[in-house]
Amino acid sequence: MTAPDDYRYLSELLNRSSGLYLGEGKEYLLESRLAPIAEQFDLPDVAALVRRMREGKDPLLAQAAVEAMTTQETLFFRDTSPFKALKEHIVPALLPARRAAHQKLRIWSAACSTGQEPYSIAMLLATLTPAVLPGEVEIVATDYSPKALVRAKAGLYSQFEVQRGLPAQLLVRFFQQTPAGFRIADEVRKYVTFREQNLLLSYALLGSFDVIFCRNVLIYFDRPVKRDVFDRLAAALTPTGFLLLGAAETPYGVSDRLVRAACQYPGIYVRAPASARASLGMAEGALVA
Amino acid sequence: MKRILVVDDSAAIRKAIRRIIEPLGFTVDEAGDGQQALTYCAEWGSVDAILLDIDMPVMDGLTFLRQLRGLAGMPQPTVIMCTSHNTMNNIEEALALGANEYIMKPFDTDIISSKFQQLELM
Repeated sequence: MTAPDDYRYLSELLNRSSGLYLGEGKEYLLESRLAPIAEQFDLPDVAALVRRMREGKDPLLAQAAVEAMTTQETLFFRDTSPFKALKEHIVPALLPARRAAHQKLRIWSAACSTGQEPYSIAMLLATLTPAVLPGEVEIVATDYSPKALVRAKAGLYSQFEVQRGLPAQLLVRFFQQTPAGFRIADEVRKYVTFREQNLLLSYALLGSFDVIFCRNVLIYFDRPVKRDVFDRLAAALTPTGFLLLGAAETPYGVSDRLVRAACQYPGIYVRAPASARASLGMAEGALVA
Repeated sequence: MKRILVVDDSAAIRKAIRRIIEPLGFTVDEAGDGQQALTYCAEWGSVDAILLDIDMPVMDGLTFLRQLRGLAGMPQPTVIMCTSHNTMNNIEEALALGANEYIMKPFDTDIISSKFQQLELM
């Protein structure tokens, strides 16, 4: 079991390096995450690992420990299903019409954090056969945090980050190794435009989208806010557009503006036809009245 | 239950990997070098995946991989390199020899489970 003093040290380190607050009583979590790191550095236990960290002589060890402690919410290709759906269902359904009209397919990665999601979308499009070219698509990636956006734009990831969800084949093809980390290639970067956007404020300046990725964000909002965001996401979709949500998120019972898409993939929604809303007595007019 | 062979000359690393993947529901076997791993594959036949170090005595990981992939009629398991050779050239070489994935040490639980999910081992 982690000694109180070591626990305090690790909590403070975590907070300093990633802003996360561990709170009380997570000794088991630390132990289970740090024990494999101790073993790899040939140290007998977590206490010895902390001693070595406190000496401050091994930056790789400290980085490995911090990475292992943080809950990882920013994987490349997080959950395979939305990316499979994009490749197999959404792009084939929407791209031919956009190409015929010489218009770009517009994709919004809402709450993109440090950029793994929009870059994953870009890599997927670049590896389709035939590839979707940067001139045929616009990926708008937004986050409320300027700090996260700076990192996202830099496209520079640690050895730990590029190993979470990113196939080695894509690492080799789309990243350059630099002394500072692994940098995403310009050919991927040019698919993506980054902008600051708070999901609670108007999306009017962003325009409308064929595809919106808004995954694992709404779980943090309470019900009235969720409803407002769902309604406005629906309004930001083109009539044929798709909204992709996280596994634990659904507009069902919260907003009537969205319905499940008629496809085999989970978590995909489309705009509800106005008639369906009217029949439930919840159309816009009904609400105003 | 899926069976994973961990090939590494460090007992500490084998233990670290075992500690991570056994709770995920895998049976873990160990080998200390490439030669032992080849013997294991010949005797046991099928294994679902191999986690493979590169620097090892007797037979290194890339030699083992080359021999394994060259054996006609031998079941061909998924091979995930797990090594401190951390350059793009190392990764490209291993992929060219038939590795399916590549883990750069030091790894943590999330990295291993993310690679296993990618390869549909879990």
